[in-house]
Amino acid sequence: MENLVQIALQNVNLAAIMPSLVLVCFGMGLLLINVFLPRGTTRPAVWISLVGIVVTAVVTVQGWGNPQYGFSDAVALDNFATFFNVTFLLAAALTILMSDDYLRREGYAVNEYYPLILFTTAGAMWMASGTDMMTIFLGLEVMSISLYVLAGFFRGQSASNEAGLKYFLLGAFSTGFLLYGMALIYGVTGSTRLTEIGAYLNSHSSLLANPMTLAGLVLLSIGFLFKLGAAPFHMWTPDVYQGAPTPVTAFMSAGPKAAAFAAFLRTLEYCFFGLKPEWSAMLWVLAVLTMTVGNVIAISQTNIKRMLAYSSISHAGYALVGLVAANEIGYSGVLFYMLAYTFMNIGAFAVLILVGKQGEENLTLEGFAGLGYKRPLLGVAMSVFLFALMGLPPTAGFAGKFYIFAGAVKAGYIWLAIIGVLNSAVSLYYYLRVMVYMYFRDPTEDYAWISLPVSVLATIILAVIGCLYLGILPNEVMAMAKTAIF
Amino acid sequence: MSVYHYLTVSAILFALGTYGVLTRRNAIVIFMCIELMLNSVNLTFIALSRHLNSLDGQIFVFFVMTVAAAEAAVGLALMIATFRNRETIDVDQINLLKW
Amino acid sequence: MYDKLWLIPFFPLVGSIINGLFGKRFIRNEAAIGAIGTGAVFLSFLVSCSCFFTLLNDPVKVHQQVVASWMTVGQLQVDWGFLLDPLSALMIMVVTGVGSLIHLYSIGYMHGEEGFYRFFCYLNLFVCAMLMLVLGNNALVMFIGWEGVGLCSYLLIGYYFEKKSAGDAAKKAFVVNRVGDFGFLVGLFTIFWTLGSQHGVWTLNFVEISENAHLLGFGGTVVTVATLCFFLGATGKSAQIPLYTWLPDAMEGPTPVSALIHAATMVTAGVYMIGRMNVLFAMSPTTMTVVALIGAFTAIVAASIGFAQNDIKRVLAYSTVSQLGFMFMAMGVGAFTAGIFHLMTHAFFKACLFLGSGSVIHAMHHALHHAHLDDDPQDMRNMGGLKKYMPITWATFGISCIAIAGIPPLAGFFSKDEILWWTFGSTRGNLLVWGIGAITAGMTAFYMFRCFFMTFHGEQRTHKKAKDHVHESPWVITVPLMVLAFLAVVGGFVGVPAALGGHNQIHHYFEPVFGHAQEVYKIGIKEALEHSHAAEYGLMGLSIAIAVIGIGIAFTMYLKRPELPGRFTARFSQLHRWVYNKWFVDEAYDVLFVNSTKKFATFCWKGFDVKVVDGVVNGTGKLVNVLSTALRYTQSGLLHNYALTMVLGTVVMVAIFLLQ
Repeated sequence: MENLVQIALQNVNLAAIMPSLVLVCFGMGLLLINVFLPRGTTRPAVWISLVGIVVTAVVTVQGWGNPQYGFSDAVALDNFATFFNVTFLLAAALTILMSDDYLRREGYAVNEYYPLILFTTAGAMWMASGTDMMTIFLGLEVMSISLYVLAGFFRGQSASNEAGLKYFLLGAFSTGFLLYGMALIYGVTGSTRLTEIGAYLNSHSSLLANPMTLAGLVLLSIGFLFKLGAAPFHMWTPDVYQGAPTPVTAFMSAGPKAAAFAAFLRTLEYCFFGLKPEWSAMLWVLAVLTMTVGNVIAISQTNIKRMLAYSSISHAGYALVGLVAANEIGYSGVLFYMLAYTFMNIGAFAVLILVGKQGEENLTLEGFAGLGYKRPLLGVAMSVFLFALMGLPPTAGFAGKFYIFAGAVKAGYIWLAIIGVLNSAVSLYYYLRVMVYMYFRDPTEDYAWISLPVSVLATIILAVIGCLYLGILPNEVMAMAKTAIF
Repeated sequence: MSVYHYLTVSAILFALGTYGVLTRRNAIVIFMCIELMLNSVNLTFIALSRHLNSLDGQIFVFFVMTVAAAEAAVGLALMIATFRNRETIDVDQINLLKW
Repeated sequence: MYDKLWLIPFFPLVGSIINGLFGKRFIRNEAAIGAIGTGAVFLSFLVSCSCFFTLLNDPVKVHQQVVASWMTVGQLQVDWGFLLDPLSALMIMVVTGVGSLIHLYSIGYMHGEEGFYRFFCYLNLFVCAMLMLVLGNNALVMFIGWEGVGLCSYLLIGYYFEKKSAGDAAKKAFVVNRVGDFGFLVGLFTIFWTLGSQHGVWTLNFVEISENAHLLGFGGTVVTVATLCFFLGATGKSAQIPLYTWLPDAMEGPTPVSALIHAATMVTAGVYMIGRMNVLFAMSPTTMTVVALIGAFTAIVAASIGFAQNDIKRVLAYSTVSQLGFMFMAMGVGAFTAGIFHLMTHAFFKACLFLGSGSVIHAMHHALHHAHLDDDPQDMRNMGGLKKYMPITWATFGISCIAIAGIPPLAGFFSKDEILWWTFGSTRGNLLVWGIGAITAGMTAFYMFRCFFMTFHGEQRTHKKAKDHVHESPWVITVPLMVLAFLAVVGGFVGVPAALGGHNQIHHYFEPVFGHAQEVYKIGIKEALEHSHAAEYGLMGLSIAIAVIGIGIAFTMYLKRPELPGRFTARFSQLHRWVYNKWFVDEAYDVLFVNSTKKFATFCWKGFDVKVVDGVVNGTGKLVNVLSTALRYTQSGLLHNYALTMVLGTVVMVAIFLLQ
């Protein structure tokens, strides 16, 4: 008995889950504290969650270059996980900063919002550091369940209900596929450990052509492809993004999407490197489809939030190109792109929040009319985000796309890169329309501009700095991304 | 009975669940169909675990069941919230968000 | 000095930021905003000058300054780096020099506009982008500038955003430019990829590309395709067929913007880019021929369109397109030096012409405003006889017209003559190109003087009430005009050909940039012609004659009455007496110009320009829009459809995997 305990303790190694552990503790603590806070008092919750994120960030950064493995190799806190963890934490911090004012404005100043964001982030962290199908599954579910709640957070609004319900049903549906894929892979290889699966498939190469392996790979991929919103599993994205509260949408399209990429990347690379040609070909088609569907449909959107949802689909497509390339530059490009996308996307949503009227969201293009000269600072910030989303230099979007497409070119996928560039050209059309309204239109009516809350302004400034820093001096971060991949 | 029988049964169950999701209109029934899919996966795991003589599959099943319970709690809450606002949980009528 | 290169684009950037962020709330004062904007560009000009003169006396002609490393991918290293060689040195002089004059001018021209600060913010940003384009030592930094000028032109053309036509013009400019940009990127990609994967040279640095270009093989497919793509990019920026339509529409912007776009920045980017990559172009005779032919064709089509325009700025716009055609002709026949030389002289006289027209429009606008008239202040039919009201504008405009017409010894003569000489005598020359060039030179002289006479001479057609309100513009407007006119007079002397006893200094100046390609790929004046001054004199005589005839026709047609200024009568007395014969001229006028040319011009403008080119541009947009709207409805909002799509996707993917 004592031996057993010893073995168990040896294999645990809490250091491997320390960041998420800290975050979850803060989340739980916050839930407790909330009980004692009077209704509508949200400031303490904001501060505590921010402190939690900062503490977690400090803990996370300790792990850089100092990999920890725990729970019998079911969890790995390596550089790869740390890089993604920082991305998630940034996404969470920026989201929390811009949420408080918005929630108050919409009449949902409820404290439970903040622990939910923290739990989502913790789930995303498990996905990024999961080296066992079970850990990945658990992380995915913790993240998703919190997100279902967040998407339907405005429980008095039909749109938010609908977003939550749709996301929940389709998400659970896709989980079924993911699990079935995992079961099949388990059946073929007899293990749920990613490295063991890879080693087993490698030593029994006849199994690579086994229908069960292939079906398992496809079903497993579908679970991840759903989460990252790749066509044809993207259908939920526009509806959910449009219906969910705006900060949640911003968060969802940055953090959890990156988490799906992280887990997908790790699974493909650890387990299925023997099947690289097969999944590369599959992802090639999906990447093209995803980019094109996202960009083309975005053109005819008039609701900015929905337009950004489609744009987010197309960005998932660009990032998939990095997975297709499946080489050092491609993979590190994905890491870089996810970080860059976090800044530009959350920034754009933050501006969207500020464009709203008092007590009412304003998501049409007209809302942006004249912004460029009525609010020069906001106009400049939004321009930076739009440039980054378009992929124009010298912003983060350009550097990210550059790396990803360079990876594709290096791997010989020239056409894919060209299609990607063409798609970026198409995307200019709808991003520019926002700029046209910002700079070439008078406001339709003279409504009162809401005052700029400091916290949202902080989000925007941080995001602008991130976009420009990653665009002008991307080398350092890219070098880190390179050491982060396996 | 070999493991293939179990696998076949679970595959059929999975297909039935999928079919139910595609055809049923009541959100709760859809969710039950999804539960059916998850349980077919559980069956697969158990059968394979037995076949491979490894415990991993059974542990996985515990996690799946736990998660399914949590999902049910959240899902039902969402359905109630929807019902309060719309007085229906017929998914064919829940299409405010489109295009 | 070379380590200060980064300051050159930096000053305008700072100026732009200051005016953009603080102009509205904190500075407010027009004079201060104008001084910041103009000062920023002028500081750049000072730095450029010192770089230029240091380089002039420096035996080493190529200098690079790396400010910071930008992106590293494998062996590919992209820097925030600047490149100073004779080509970029001359360009920065032109951009900052002409640019600061235009800024100074704008202070007067934009006086009282609501978005004064906004205007200077964009204008500075524009100059900054152009300087990045010119100074970048690698293709990506150039690309920033390339995109930047596109974007700023978009903002500036759409400056009067209340006007729908301005918004449309801005959009058109941007979309058309994007088509060109795509060509540029594909070309870059091809070169980058081929050099890298086949020859192991992963680079985007211009110096390295030029050094390794020979690896691609003379006349090879890769180099031809890539240079054709680059040329597509150049046609977008430099307004050549088929992507030229945005430029005349771009007249919707304020006049200083037109001057800046047309003379100093933006449109010269394409020509500059070909100059920068001259080694690549020299390696593909096919591309060179295409460049020369497109240039020639653009030159003549645009010139003929210029005949039929009554809007003073539109005449100048088509004239720019036509003159750019000349530059491309030069690049196409290997006369890189002549092309850049013409770019420079053109910058002087075209800036002067535009600013002059702006001065006229400004005056007309005020006069019509005072008289409460709705007449179009840009329509030349409302002008005439303005000489006595605006003597300085008249004189500078006239000088520039003479310069653009190619009358010695003004700047235009030397550069245009050099181009025609090369089209005739170069080893890559082409008699067809030369022929078109010569005819176009005559047409240029004709329509420019038509414009000049209609505006400043003859009967005064301005409404009586407005007439007396027309007056000369303030000094901030006239000083730049005088400086530019002076440059238009003397600017050509740096390139006096040997045949006229000059040293053709500009040719020697550009030797380090273009000499290599011209030597290796045997581009030069044919040996038979090289030492015969007779042929050169002949051509010179011919081109002067053509120019004079063009002016003469304009003169007869628009000022055939004897009460012309004595100076002109005296100067062209022979010609005047000859064409004074009404019989012949009237008939020729009717047959040659009124009917056929007008028809041709109208056809070119309405038929080709409006229908074909606009149709293609708008058509593509519409197609994507229709597709988008159709696809949009697949997103039905129904959960079942979403689930079904997922299942179908799964089934298809599994099937493909299992069946393969």
